[in-house]
Amino acid sequence: MAAPSALRRIAPATYELPVGFQPGMRVPVRVFGTEKLVAEMDDQVFRQAANVAGLPGIVEASFCMPDAHWGYGFPIGGVAAVDVRSGVISPGGIGFDINCGMRLATTTLAWPEVRPHLRRLVDALAERVPAGVGGRGFVRITRDEFREMLREGARWAVARGYGNARDLARTEAGGCFPDADPEHVSERALARGLHQIGTLGSGNHYLEIQVLHPEGVHDAALARAFGLVRPEQVVVMFHCGSRGFGHQVATDYLHLFLRAMPGKFKLPIVDRELACAPFQSEEGRSYYAAMCCAANMSFANRQVILHRVREVFSDVLGRDAGELGIETVYDVAHNTAKVEQHRVGGALRTLLVHRKGATRAFPPGHPELPAEYRSIGQPVIIGGSMETGSYLLAGVASGAVSFFSTAHGSGRTMSRTRARKLVQGRELQDRLAAHGILVRAASLRGLAEEAGFAYKSVDEVAEATEAAGISRRVAHLVPVGNVKG
Amino acid sequence: MAGEAEGRGRFEFVEGATGDLTFVARGARAEDLFFAAAEALLAATVEDPETVRDVERRSIRLEEPELDLLLLRFLNELVYLRDAEELLLRAREVRLVRGEALALEAELAGERLSRGRHAPAAEVKAATAHGLEARAVPGGWEARVTLDV
Repeated sequence: MAAPSALRRIAPATYELPVGFQPGMRVPVRVFGTEKLVAEMDDQVFRQAANVAGLPGIVEASFCMPDAHWGYGFPIGGVAAVDVRSGVISPGGIGFDINCGMRLATTTLAWPEVRPHLRRLVDALAERVPAGVGGRGFVRITRDEFREMLREGARWAVARGYGNARDLARTEAGGCFPDADPEHVSERALARGLHQIGTLGSGNHYLEIQVLHPEGVHDAALARAFGLVRPEQVVVMFHCGSRGFGHQVATDYLHLFLRAMPGKFKLPIVDRELACAPFQSEEGRSYYAAMCCAANMSFANRQVILHRVREVFSDVLGRDAGELGIETVYDVAHNTAKVEQHRVGGALRTLLVHRKGATRAFPPGHPELPAEYRSIGQPVIIGGSMETGSYLLAGVASGAVSFFSTAHGSGRTMSRTRARKLVQGRELQDRLAAHGILVRAASLRGLAEEAGFAYKSVDEVAEATEAAGISRRVAHLVPVGNVKG
Repeated sequence: MAGEAEGRGRFEFVEGATGDLTFVARGARAEDLFFAAAEALLAATVEDPETVRDVERRSIRLEEPELDLLLLRFLNELVYLRDAEELLLRAREVRLVRGEALALEAELAGERLSRGRHAPAAEVKAATAHGLEARAVPGGWEARVTLDV
């Protein structure tokens, strides 16, 4: 791990690799992070970000967030905006788990009243929100209904009673990417996703019961505005995406683009995982329509999971769900490409913004934010490891430097194989229990792979986003119960 | 984590991609790479692959221009069958046919994933083209594949 010698600090917590660092770069690479975080990034991050800097139509820079780490073709924690007329769309720049994202929900409960019920709550959540390989959701639908859900996203779930209008208002894009068209989705993708609505998945996906301790509050006014109003308030956070469906969409189009790049598009294949197509081509528009379907599947999935969370809390605590005040704070996407308007060199331009392992973070006053958050900025959720907790942050005006994008998690520092050599799943589960964190894991092996030492410090990542001026910290949330995929 | 495909190739998980699982498959023949890769995928998916019985069979035929891409397609077919039909499968017969493209004809056998009988491990979402290799080496064949989990 070593940052390239060509890397120069250009602003607080902001570094740049100039054009020419690697052949083919059209724009520089800009890396946000503290000196320590940047020094610890693996060298593949810089190489991949430089490859991204050569994508046709890229504007301003190829960005790396403070949690950036190696990804397929494109770093995780990478952001690239391309001109909608001359630029390309790349599945590798979005991520295979399309719209993998986070949702945070408040409760009206304080930790002392939840503590006696924690074991039953975690057990019930593990049972009713299936995790791990082979987990099937409770929603049984036909292929036609599935296609309707792909068009409607979280609105489909709410229309069936799995949530309310406030959930939709507090979901990025209202829980629906309007350009979704199931005609561009393969039968194989449909077959993979049909039974996966309401499931968590595995890998780094999880569902947590967390507590906001008084010392975790960084900005009391913003915390209150986001519904964090009680001492020792209990909240629920979960991380999951479009499951096998999104993966199949990405895989289908990656292969299609690889076939079309050398001949039809006359584009060089720098890295197979960075395959791309002109956004305005038939192939590019088709992938965009299918990608929007996967984003909608993910929004619907998280909406259905929130419904299950409400049921579980209501059943275990014997109180009406409404009385428990389980309200969405926000639902943010991590892996998407979206058409947005941004100022570049003083001019307003329409761009396709790829965010892979990066969170959109709109500032106060942005017209796309729900009315209740418009004056304070978009809530941003950065998920940490199950040992270190997570952060709620907010978008800021100075975030224009990254097309209003910020970090999404802590970022891995070691392979799963290595993590497994360092700790056994059962040992980790016991250690977490000793620290007051009750964990139910679909796989003990998978649990070991997600140990806290396999990740960067979430505190440093959150702090770095503030130092770089791309988001500001609101609250640090500490886990007490975790369902691990 | 390492293992064998009943004498037809072997695999070993190695340190590779930060967030995912990378394995190296080896065998005397190119066909052995497919036996070993299927076994590696099974070992990544359940903690006790030896409990997976031959109950259901599937036949597949795939074509790609190159061996490494054919191995990738093969693994992604197994991932697809796991999600779409809940099948845990291993290769029982493998035949490579060289024509204009390279074709794989394979007989697969296994059973439906049962959470009561099998211990789930990782949900592999795809085999990826990252660092993908499948080539002849002194004494046999070797492949390197990264599984996205």
